[in-house]
Amino acid sequence: MVEHLADDRIMQDNPAPRAAPGWRGFLADWASDQSSFKGVSWGKAMMWVFLLSDTFVFGCFLVAYMTARMSTVVPWPNPSEVFALEIAGTSMPLILIAIMTFVLISSSGTMALAVHYGYLRDRRKAGLLMLLTAFLGACFVGMQAFEWTKLIHEGVRPWENPWGAAQFGSTFFMITGFHGTHVTFGVIFLVILARKVLRGDFDSGRRGFFTSRRGQYESVEIMGLYWHFVDLVWVFIFAFFYLW
Amino acid sequence: MADVTAHADTQHHPVKLYLVVWGWLFVLSAGSYMVDYVGVQGWLRWSLILVFMLLKAGLIVAFFMHMAWERLTLIYAILLPPLLILVFVAIMVAESNYTLLTRVMNFAGGT
Repeated sequence: MVEHLADDRIMQDNPAPRAAPGWRGFLADWASDQSSFKGVSWGKAMMWVFLLSDTFVFGCFLVAYMTARMSTVVPWPNPSEVFALEIAGTSMPLILIAIMTFVLISSSGTMALAVHYGYLRDRRKAGLLMLLTAFLGACFVGMQAFEWTKLIHEGVRPWENPWGAAQFGSTFFMITGFHGTHVTFGVIFLVILARKVLRGDFDSGRRGFFTSRRGQYESVEIMGLYWHFVDLVWVFIFAFFYLW
Repeated sequence: MADVTAHADTQHHPVKLYLVVWGWLFVLSAGSYMVDYVGVQGWLRWSLILVFMLLKAGLIVAFFMHMAWERLTLIYAILLPPLLILVFVAIMVAESNYTLLTRVMNFAGGT
């Protein structure tokens, strides 16, 4: 089992020496004149570095939104009213956004369980949970499309809206659009990876179509890192854009 | 299945842990929605929103993304740089206040 994976160093965990506790271990890792992230495969370390860069992208968007909102003399539209929906005759503030939040958190939970069963080599459960995650992600994107359609019908444009500061539309479409794009790509990759898992690629050592490498169940965890990050970004968008 | 504690090489933890974290994420999300639904205003609103947000973010990063079991080297390499965004925020708050001041002085009465 291990032998046929030995040529794929990129996904291979070297047996890492145990770190000394606290700062001594931290300094020893960085000063070792070797790879610093011991015990962390390249795939996982690079995903973390990518997510760090993505953090800065979304950080810049949210800072731009803050700057626009703080510096305008025109009142900012009240998100609680803008995103309210009429349900059975009563106006529910932010109800669609709340449902979207719960759907995304549910998908994060199913993804975490998929990673768990992946490491147990239970490929049926792992694959099905990933497909469920992808389905919930697709639901999220669908609700976002509904929300965009509703706002566009109400006259929200990147340059104007009926309720107040014009920057509301541009920041809204920019931030939620970028986040929705991330979710969409996540769904696509989830489906691709779920197919590999269900087919048993990581047990049979089948080589990938694109990289010609043999994969490992760690791919599921790396996929999970991306998916949880998408959920994480939504936590910040929900707090700063919708609730603030 | 025998060993469910954290390995050095794989991230393998009991299902119950994930379910508990999941449950808390639901509770915290409901809490932040209630802030808006009830209509809490003022300092209480901002602090509640931020507390719920940070707790949720912490749970996701620590348990779902397994950061709690990673080595200190990776934790610091990934979690410290985003703090620079706070510096950026401070700079842009000053800039926004200045922009607002010039707008109020020169375009009094709205755009």
